[in-house]
Amino acid sequence: MNPIYLDNNATTRADPEAVAAMLPFFTEHFGNPSSIHAFGSQVGKALKEARQKMQALLGAEHDTEIIFTSCGTESDTTAILSALRAQPEKNIVITTVVEHPAILSLCDWLEKEGYVVHRLRVDKKGRLDLDEYRSLLANNVAIVSVMWANNETGTIFPVETMAEIAAARGIMFHTDAVQAVGKVPINLKAAKIDMLSFSGHKLHAPKGIGVLYLRRGCRFRPLLRGGHQERGRRAGTENAPSIVALGKAAELAIEHMARENTEVRQLRNRLEQGILSQVTHAFVTGDTANRLPNTSNIAFEYVEGESILLLLNKQGIAASSGSACTSGSLEPSHVMRAMGIPYTAAHGTIRFSLSRYTTEEEIDRVIAAVPPIIAQLRELSPYWNKNGPVENPERAFAPAYA
Amino acid sequence: MWEYSEKVREYFFNPRNSGPLEEANGVGDVGSIQCGDALRLMLKVDPGTEVIEEARFQTFGCGSAIASSSALTEIIKGMTLDEALKVSNQDIADYLDGLPPEKMHCSVMGREALHAAIANYRGETQTDAHEEGALVCKCFAVDALLIEDVVRANSLNTVEEVTFYTKAGGGCASCHEGIEEILAKVKGERSGPGEVSPPMKPIAPKAAPGLTLVERIRRIEAVLESVRPMLVRDHGDVELVEVQGRNIYVHLKGACSGCMMEAATLGGIQQKMIENLGELVQVLPASYMPTGISC
Ligand SMILES: Cc1ncc(COP(=O)(O)O)c(C=O)c1O
Repeated sequence: MNPIYLDNNATTRADPEAVAAMLPFFTEHFGNPSSIHAFGSQVGKALKEARQKMQALLGAEHDTEIIFTSCGTESDTTAILSALRAQPEKNIVITTVVEHPAILSLCDWLEKEGYVVHRLRVDKKGRLDLDEYRSLLANNVAIVSVMWANNETGTIFPVETMAEIAAARGIMFHTDAVQAVGKVPINLKAAKIDMLSFSGHKLHAPKGIGVLYLRRGCRFRPLLRGGHQERGRRAGTENAPSIVALGKAAELAIEHMARENTEVRQLRNRLEQGILSQVTHAFVTGDTANRLPNTSNIAFEYVEGESILLLLNKQGIAASSGSACTSGSLEPSHVMRAMGIPYTAAHGTIRFSLSRYTTEEEIDRVIAAVPPIIAQLRELSPYWNKNGPVENPERAFAPAYA
Repeated sequence: MWEYSEKVREYFFNPRNSGPLEEANGVGDVGSIQCGDALRLMLKVDPGTEVIEEARFQTFGCGSAIASSSALTEIIKGMTLDEALKVSNQDIADYLDGLPPEKMHCSVMGREALHAAIANYRGETQTDAHEEGALVCKCFAVDALLIEDVVRANSLNTVEEVTFYTKAGGGCASCHEGIEEILAKVKGERSGPGEVSPPMKPIAPKAAPGLTLVERIRRIEAVLESVRPMLVRDHGDVELVEVQGRNIYVHLKGACSGCMMEAATLGGIQQKMIENLGELVQVLPASYMPTGISC
């Protein structure tokens, strides 16, 4: 049986066309684009084309607003540190509690360095409170960094509105759009977003290539200094093969954008309905009315996520979980905790993330596989009794010393 | 992520002895749904012989929690209660051909449930023992007695290991100091002279026998070999980098490097070197080596 990959928010399969486009740049076109000879200038031309394709995907006004980096994390780090270094008189960063660790760990470190970080909270559905946001915008805010879409739940934040509010106060705005690009329409020339991060491997380009969009006129300090590559904004010889592949992936993403929002969305909805109509005590987390078309995060009560993933994996189905056991810590994911998901369910959240390669047949196989797995694990659980949770699980299960 | 052994996978995919045991006369519950794993162990004990005739479990938790519970029931069936009380968490892990370090707490939970079930059968209340033990980790409700017990039984050395085995310290981290105190206390009892003794306490060197360079390096390597198992157990390793006169430069790798134990580890190695080489030497991290070569 063919394996089924529903973990596309973790990473995607590179599109064969993108791979085909990059291969000659390892061998025939291996030159350094900075060189004056023909070997170099061929490559320089290819990079320019890739830059323009990325520009088109983001709806940027100028191709020079696209800076190639090594990954989403580098783009995020560059954006925030640049804002702080370019505006030394300002010391506040505003972000959210549900950002990717690429932002959150950096902010934790900045706090230790003496900066002030405000983390906007979310409600039960993972939504922000814009009044709280407005109330925090002070003159010494250096940058606001809010993700476009959440990697765990797919919840979309109103970043365009938030950027306008910041711009009206003269505050820089950055968005981590690693999960959003290619799945929601983005038109940066019509927005007030100053910086945007993206990572190729989430959109069928290879791993290890990222983009930082930097609006023309936005004050900037590079993270990496050295050569004059990327107009001195990101030193280091360009990863030409991956940039070419990313250009191809961007072109394909534009072609397939509509499909993400029709076919992929329908498959995602089919998956959710198929599972929830058969499994009781399960619910979708996040802002269901406003989320990425490819993402579904389902919380299964009274079962633990790693167990579910192991049993899915046995049937060749790949997904991921925000459970403590799989998050690499002993606590459930920070996103689930921020939304206040009840403890009966926080350890049993499973994220299914689809792509344009996902088929209806695959989704139907997953719909058939999940309910027996949940039933099997509930059967094993001391909190479950035949058809439902034991009454008052706190009391029924009584450790002698808890 | 971690790799489970074939045995763990087998016991997770096809658990033995799962489900309620109606005739149980000893039941032990440990863990909670908040913490992410909970185990109920049910025993049917023959009152005459105290032999465990039947053992079943119900577990909420990850793959290794379920496998550990199932393995435990297999291990103890047929044992007397006194025999069962001797089963250690390491026995459970060994039965499964080992658990990933991050998952050792699953085996500890099994042992705890076993003790709770036996106490329940005997009509003892376990609360007494545990009331004495102050709650150390509030996030996962782990008390000092359990930590001390597990540190001693498994020869643990670091806070991280304590977290892997008991979960204590895996949440807000505010109890790390308390865990360190327990580690220090148990280590104090454990270490014979020369083991984790304070570094730099020079002992009178034996008469230097005038070793050749080759012989000297051999002996240095032999000392490193002898401490390696201890370091590997802590997920670390040591490597000889350079010998310059009295200075022996080593590279501590993995979990040992940078941790608070680094100084103590180097001190212990130094002591052994002095004894084995019969001369006063200093064992230093490679980063202290005077540089002259670039790249
Ligand atoms: C929202 C978000 N930001 C940043 C990243 C990091 O991207 P990269 O792995 O390219 O550094 C990811 C991917 O895991 C992500 O989902």
